[in-house]
Amino acid sequence: MTIPSVPPALYLVLSAILFTIGVVGALTRRNAIVVFMCIELMLNSVNLTFITLSRFLQSIEGVLFAFFVMAVAAAEAAVGLAIFVMIYRSRETINVDEINLLKW
Amino acid sequence: MLEYVWLIPLFPAIGFTLNGLFGRRLGRKAVSWVGPSAIGLAFLTSILIFLELIRRPPSERLFEKVLFDWVVSGSFQTVIGYQIDPLSILMALVVTGVSFFIHIYSVGYMHDDSGYIRYFAYLNLFVFMMLNLILANNFLLMFVGWEGVGLCSYLLIGFWFEKDSASNAGKKAFVVNRVGDFGFILGMFLLFTSLGKHGIWTLDFTEVFSNAAKLDSTTVTAITILFFVGACGKSAQIPLYVWLPDAMEGPTPVSSLIHAATMVTAGVYMVARCNVLYSMAPLSMAIIAIVGVVTAIYTASIGFCQNDIKKVLAYSTISQLGYMFLGVGVGAYSAGIFHLMTHAFFKGLLFLGAGSVMHAMSGELDMRKMGALRKKIPITFWTFFIATLAIAGVPGLSGFFSKDEILWQAFSSSHGHFLLWLVAAVAAGMTAFYMFRALFMTFFGESRVDPHVAHHIHESPRMMTVPLMILAILSIIGGYVGVPHVLGGANHIHEFLAPVVGGAEPSKAHAGISLIAQAWASGGETGGHSAILELLMMALSVAIALIGIGIAYLFYIKNPALPKLLAERQKGLYQLVFHKYYVDELYEILFINSLKRLGTGLWRGFDELIIDGTVNGIAYLIGWLSGVMRRMQTGLVQNYAFSMVIGGLILVIYYLLRAIFY
Repeated sequence: MTIPSVPPALYLVLSAILFTIGVVGALTRRNAIVVFMCIELMLNSVNLTFITLSRFLQSIEGVLFAFFVMAVAAAEAAVGLAIFVMIYRSRETINVDEINLLKW
Repeated sequence: MLEYVWLIPLFPAIGFTLNGLFGRRLGRKAVSWVGPSAIGLAFLTSILIFLELIRRPPSERLFEKVLFDWVVSGSFQTVIGYQIDPLSILMALVVTGVSFFIHIYSVGYMHDDSGYIRYFAYLNLFVFMMLNLILANNFLLMFVGWEGVGLCSYLLIGFWFEKDSASNAGKKAFVVNRVGDFGFILGMFLLFTSLGKHGIWTLDFTEVFSNAAKLDSTTVTAITILFFVGACGKSAQIPLYVWLPDAMEGPTPVSSLIHAATMVTAGVYMVARCNVLYSMAPLSMAIIAIVGVVTAIYTASIGFCQNDIKKVLAYSTISQLGYMFLGVGVGAYSAGIFHLMTHAFFKGLLFLGAGSVMHAMSGELDMRKMGALRKKIPITFWTFFIATLAIAGVPGLSGFFSKDEILWQAFSSSHGHFLLWLVAAVAAGMTAFYMFRALFMTFFGESRVDPHVAHHIHESPRMMTVPLMILAILSIIGGYVGVPHVLGGANHIHEFLAPVVGGAEPSKAHAGISLIAQAWASGGETGGHSAILELLMMALSVAIALIGIGIAYLFYIKNPALPKLLAERQKGLYQLVFHKYYVDELYEILFINSLKRLGTGLWRGFDELIIDGTVNGIAYLIGWLSGVMRRMQTGLVQNYAFSMVIGGLILVIYYLLRAIFY
């Protein structure tokens, strides 16, 4: 049984769509956790691109990078969530609009 | 012994270091030993070197001792080096000798002053600088000494700086000297570059003078005139003489040492030193002679109406310096230097005498409040009297010989002129008048002394009177080194200086004199005419001097009411002279005020508007820009992220476009 192969361009298009959704979300949403999720979405769209091209070019490096990105994303999630908890404790909000102490 | 010429300036330098750096720790007693003995040792060394020098034949009387390199650049090199020749050793003898006596005098005179230690440090520094000036073997080192004595002059005029007038006088001296120094330095530049055109990069005296013939006459004239501007500043000639009368604010021994005997004669020395150049520039020599003689008569006339004893002496100094310039200006360099030497003796003595009078009178300077001091301070009187006779040109004393030599040369030298002689002779009569006026007002007549002062008038201590006596002896005998041939003398000083200045000396007079000497010896008639003329001139100038003395006697002893009467009769003239021809006021309007206006204009217009405006404007602009830019720092993370995205988009668009168009 053969699975009809999907052309790589479609993967790339999907990845671009996911990335754009991530960017728009990260820029517009106010809840820090949602912003965070959008960033995860962007990272994963990049992973998809890596793997697509890795397969397309028959090279292992893309896959390797995908693993790195996953590791970084996991670490980031752990640290990021911990920061949000701490911020919430002291300021009782995780609305990014209100976390703007570092300014002129 | 000649090898040790560097010891001469070294001793005062050590004295300065000891007094200046450790004076407070050494204490007054040690300082009053160190100061004079440093100069005494220098004097001793000078004498030893002098004795060795005269043992050599005249043609070998030049010795240069190079100590070390100073400025070396390519083929140009200037050294710290000292030069011994008849001219420099004679100057060194005069400077160290007179300085020595004045140092001793100062120990007595400055005894109660709170700045005693500082005073001796400055005085030693002055002698050190002066010796550098005269012993230097190149223009650059000479200039260091030249500036150094100017500095010391400033420090010592303003010695009592808490007094406003003293510190102002110091500033005035410094600024006026700066004008002259500017001329000197320009002359040095011009000399340097114009010799450089011929491939000779040097400022060394010997090399410059031996190559002087390569310069064209216009250049030499320019150089020598620029040098003379320097000499005008330092030696207080018209138009830069105005600082010297004010310089009397300093302690009296300083006036004696710096502003009568040594520093102010530096200009004369410099002209004599550069005689090779001056002899190539008849125009410069004419200018010098005219400036000298005009200064002589002009300042002598100011001396008529001064009531401050030191001011009289100051104007007299300027006048006598005018004589020296007249001497060197007509090419009689040795006569100028001769007068410089005798003047150092009698004018130094006059100032020290004035200091002694001040000492007796509790600091009073106004001659209208003196009188009849003759009996109360006899030593001061007699020494002052001798110096007055000497300066007036009474035959037999030093001033007579030197002044007469200058007068004769002014008439007979190839650069001379009858008018020069006439003006100088009249000025000599005026000198006799105002000096005897000072003498009579101070020591003779009725006492006009303030009764508070009168009861403690006393003769000065031995420390001060002994130098007076020594200088009085020198004022008498100092002239006998230069008795002219016509009086049967040998004119030793002329012969001694001949290797340095003689060759350049113009010859009509010279030849005349030697001719006379021969004629004299053989009793023949050949040169008799000229000899009779010289004797006649001499008699005339003596007569003029005696007339001056006679008038002074008539005015101030015989009929003391006469001067007042005359002053009232000729009110306008008297006021003009009394106010020193309003030259200070004129300079104030012409130079000082316009410079001040220029300064204010530059300050308001250029400094405040342009310089400060630029600097402050830039600072303001940056501040304003930062105020605008910092608004970008909103603290909202999403704004930052947005700018990152925009940046990323721009990059993407750029690469896409590149990909499309290339």
